[in-house]
Amino acid sequence: MAMNESEIRYLTPPTVEVKKKKYCRFKKNRIRYVDYKDPEFLKKFLNEQGKILPRRLTGTSLKYQRKVSQAVKRARHLALLPYVVDLLK
Amino acid sequence: MLNQYETVFIATPVLSEIQMKEAVQKFKKVISENEGMIVHEENWGLKKLAYPIQKKSTGFYYLIEFRGPGELIEKLEVQYRRDERILRFLTFRMDKFSVEYAEKKRRLRETEKKKEE
Repeated sequence: MAMNESEIRYLTPPTVEVKKKKYCRFKKNRIRYVDYKDPEFLKKFLNEQGKILPRRLTGTSLKYQRKVSQAVKRARHLALLPYVVDLLK
Repeated sequence: MLNQYETVFIATPVLSEIQMKEAVQKFKKVISENEGMIVHEENWGLKKLAYPIQKKSTGFYYLIEFRGPGELIEKLEVQYRRDERILRFLTFRMDKFSVEYAEKKRRLRETEKKKEE
């Protein structure tokens, strides 16, 4: 037997996932108010089409997700952010 | 108790600087005539819009922060709607966190100005 039994071979190398814990950036940085007048900040919560990203991706807590979505909608009304777009950023 | 409000409006880019000042003056008068008290104002100048409004791609932004009774808001918004120069407006009742935020932002800006001098 040429093959050593202890030598296990994988077709694809096993990825050891180091899961990064998500956190709510508002709670961490103690931001109490989400400003609708700051489009650059709100862009962190949008995908490239200008849609609001879900909580499960950004890690924002429910309380602040509601505030973020309100702020984004206000910013859209004032034409600070687009409603629909192909390539944001 | 009086609420604190914040109002932003977008005026057409067709206006000259003097006409823009007139428009601002008009809305400030509406506020002060209806028992409102202006706390702060900001001129953002000519800005590009994220999407066209009434076939215009730019607009003059102006922000006024004021304290006043609730009845004032309706009167102010009626004036906005009647005015052809206004493309968009938004009035927002500030809670204690946003008041705090606005004050902090103002203080920061003031200290920056002093540093520059």
